[in-house]
Amino acid sequence: MTKARARYLGYALLLAAGVLAPLVIYPVFLMNALCFALFACAFNLLLGYTGLLSFGHAAFFGTAAYVTGYTAKVMGLSTGLAILAGTAAAVLLGIVFGGLSIRRQGIYFAMITLALAQLIFFFYLQAPFTGGEDGLQGIPRGKLFWVINLENDRILYYVVFAIFLFGFLLIHRTIHSPFGQVMKAIRENEPRAVSLGYDVNKYKLMAFVLSAGLAGLAGATNAIVFTFVTLTDVDWHTSGDVVLMTLLGGMGSIFGPVVGAFSIVTLESKLSDKVGSLVTVIIGAIFCVCVLLFRRGIVGEIQGLYRRVVGNRV
Amino acid sequence: MTEIFGVPIQALFGQLVLGLVNGCFYAMLSLGLAIIFGMLNIINFAHGAFYMIGAVFTWFVLDTWNISWWWSLLLAPLAVGIFGIVVERLLLKRLYKVDPLYGLLLTFGLALVIEGLFLHKHGSSGLPYGIPEVFQGALNLGFMFLPKYRAIVVGATLAVCFATWFVIERTQLGAYLRAGTENPPLVQAFGINVPVMITLTYAIGVGLAGLAGVLAAPTLQVSPLMGSNLIIVVFAVVVIGGMGSILGSIVTGLGLGLIEGLTKVFYSQASNTVVFMIMVLVLLVRPAGLFGREK
Amino acid sequence: MKAKLMGAVAGLMLSVVATGGFAQAKSGKISGGVVKIGVLDDMSGLYSDIGGQGDVTAAQMAVDEFGGKVLGAPIQVVSADHQNKPDVGANKAREWFDGDVDIIVGTVNSGVALAVSKVANEKHRLFIDSGAGSTRLTNEDCSPYTIHYEYDTYATGTTTAKPIIAQGGKTWFFLTADYAFGKSLQSDTSKFVEAAGGKVLGSVLHPLNASDFSSFLLQAQSSGAQVIGLANAGGDTINSVKAASEFGITKKQKLAALLIFDTDVHSLGLSAAQGLYAATGFYWDHDDDSRKWSRAFGAKMGGKMPTMVQAGTYSSTLQYLKAIQAAGTDDPDAVMKKLKEMTLNDATVKNGKIRPDGRMVHEFYLYQVKTPSESKGPWDLYKLVTTVPPDQAFQPLSQSRCPLIKK
Repeated sequence: MTKARARYLGYALLLAAGVLAPLVIYPVFLMNALCFALFACAFNLLLGYTGLLSFGHAAFFGTAAYVTGYTAKVMGLSTGLAILAGTAAAVLLGIVFGGLSIRRQGIYFAMITLALAQLIFFFYLQAPFTGGEDGLQGIPRGKLFWVINLENDRILYYVVFAIFLFGFLLIHRTIHSPFGQVMKAIRENEPRAVSLGYDVNKYKLMAFVLSAGLAGLAGATNAIVFTFVTLTDVDWHTSGDVVLMTLLGGMGSIFGPVVGAFSIVTLESKLSDKVGSLVTVIIGAIFCVCVLLFRRGIVGEIQGLYRRVVGNRV
Repeated sequence: MTEIFGVPIQALFGQLVLGLVNGCFYAMLSLGLAIIFGMLNIINFAHGAFYMIGAVFTWFVLDTWNISWWWSLLLAPLAVGIFGIVVERLLLKRLYKVDPLYGLLLTFGLALVIEGLFLHKHGSSGLPYGIPEVFQGALNLGFMFLPKYRAIVVGATLAVCFATWFVIERTQLGAYLRAGTENPPLVQAFGINVPVMITLTYAIGVGLAGLAGVLAAPTLQVSPLMGSNLIIVVFAVVVIGGMGSILGSIVTGLGLGLIEGLTKVFYSQASNTVVFMIMVLVLLVRPAGLFGREK
Repeated sequence: MKAKLMGAVAGLMLSVVATGGFAQAKSGKISGGVVKIGVLDDMSGLYSDIGGQGDVTAAQMAVDEFGGKVLGAPIQVVSADHQNKPDVGANKAREWFDGDVDIIVGTVNSGVALAVSKVANEKHRLFIDSGAGSTRLTNEDCSPYTIHYEYDTYATGTTTAKPIIAQGGKTWFFLTADYAFGKSLQSDTSKFVEAAGGKVLGSVLHPLNASDFSSFLLQAQSSGAQVIGLANAGGDTINSVKAASEFGITKKQKLAALLIFDTDVHSLGLSAAQGLYAATGFYWDHDDDSRKWSRAFGAKMGGKMPTMVQAGTYSSTLQYLKAIQAAGTDDPDAVMKKLKEMTLNDATVKNGKIRPDGRMVHEFYLYQVKTPSESKGPWDLYKLVTTVPPDQAFQPLSQSRCPLIKK
């Protein structure tokens, strides 16, 4: 089997899994996981592929969610347009935040994104339309394109899956494009990229805005799935969650964040039944174990295992 | 009575004094964090958890063995420091060769584990701890009554901050610590045991957090979540001050206390958020913080 | 590339297999042959002492007291941790309601409660919240399937204000948490203060989880108000009281905690909290019935006395089972109809009733924290000041903004 054919087979299997999954697994759970998977993939665009750790990504997720919720519930916008509005808001915010933070690196970049996210959190806390900690409740799921009824969980699942695929393929295209190559070059050796004449800051900003927009798309979709948005969606712990998902799944591959997101959402949901007050301890322990032993993440470790077993045949 | 923006000047002074007291707290907490980052390049997200351990330890020794607050001033930092040594030897040691952001992630996970365990054991409401008898009561400053205990906290913090700064910047031990973390192989070649220096530095840093916990126990709720409420503010202080600079975090801590004090009078809802506003502004103008040096 | 895909497929399959969760059909007099009660609470965070594991124990006690079976079918209690995240809570609620859980109790967190209430409305299953404070549950966001049990911020606020004003505390200053519940505590109580002839001299908003309250208390002190109303909860209330005691504020001004639980007072200690006013729907030492039940609760919970939330979970679970018995079926509409007809009586509630808007009303009590010398045990915290009848403690039905109420 050639490499290309293996790749297509793999994608086909995943597609089939995605299409058939809601028949055996609870659709709302899957939709939640898909939204976070998209969120994590968007985040990884910055971390794994550009080398920038942002600690404030929840700002984009939550902003899109609030804007979508508000336009759908209060302004009566059709669902599809509401999601677009939310994503556009996230993109705008990404341009502003990106412009402010992109010149810094490493820990300073992380801290400035955290600070900006905290300011956004404060804004949403004060704004009356968000309902504070009670949240913006009762967002109508409505109809997509005025005909597809989204109140049905199964139908909504396929719409969400389609959105996820769109985002995922967009990321895939970006990574394998010349733009993506430049981003990798920047991550590997920024001074050299500069010396080669690339306007590094412009590339970083573009990656940042793309990442913010896709995170926003995830947040907007999540708002429609759950029909509410609360301050949790802009809380810095949510930013931390997405870091964990990417770390757990593996930042070196495009599938890593997806695996990580599904794992964490599953853990949070299943653990909550069984372990009661030890949930945070277990999640913290997983964090530690990953950082110490499985830095490549689940996907990375499996890849490494595969290579060692099969041999590095090209 | 004169007024500034509608607030009587006496009240304003009172608020500034209170702000200064809080600032001392911030200074002490961020001091440990600055030492750990400045010297070890570790972003110690578990700092809040160590602070909490110091406070809970103080409660524990009083509750179980009737050991007074005075002894806790000595014992708690020691206990927390020893725990820090264990953490450094077992866990952090393995991460020195990789990106410092992994250190951040590990300590973040560690904080979750420590806080989760304490929450599991003690519950979320907190543990009772009162002000030591001898400090009860207040000093009449004219424009306000300042509780004696708070005045002690100011004194103690300033003393500790000065002592730490002095040891690190002006003594030979401090010089070894600074050299050992800046250029380990070279210093090791001189026969100085660098790994021990590194462990010691981490222990001192978290010991300071534990000491802050002891000071906090009488006035703040001793609860497993007390550290996570403060941690990002303390981080902000260190970043604003300049991540390697001890003087920077002391000055910023005190300054933040004052600015927060003013915010509480004029726009109180923002008092937890004003630090982030400052951080954004400072980092735009001085990328390495107020006193920091770009590495 | 093949390795990458293998890794991804394996990983995805692993996580997908690990989940599972089927939708089941329901039918029969007792649907599914089992009555399942879901306790959804914060088990690991800020509210774990107020509800948490204690709610699970309380619900189980109700089941045991009822006999473990209703209409011939066994009763089961399941529980989950919503971790104070509305999406985790709503997810769990959906999963439970799409499965065979008949009713959800507990919650405490208002954001989660509101989300679960919407899910319950959508799925036509019952939700009895005995922990969240938000009055929205019986006003803007009311639902025919939701019952707001035990208390809300209106009840605690006004029960505290009324007797204090009657005793002469006419001028008030509020220390308010900058959160929806804090602001609603302040506004409900203020209306009451002014209606009773008092005056609100001012207020200050503080961010949630502010560690230091000295500055805000100083502002309260300089206002000269006779009463300082603490429109906050949990750690913020504890820190406010601690600071007030430290600054000697309680010598000249009265402190009223508008939302406080006995676990908070216990953690403060009597020397700091003495004299504090606290309103509650239940206190373990109120009468013989409550004492008996609370001691049984304490035996299972390592000596901890129940909070009003845990008492509410016990009571709501018991009354739910009684309603099933009386209605002859566990069909949600029939049970809800029965619940709104019944007069509620058990170890923790006397003569309670559930109104058309879903609000459960009962007597409310104002207590004052004892001095250390008055207390005879670690949980001997309160002395009774006055009892407020249900029609005065809760928001009148005529003022309700619930769309279900026909005016």
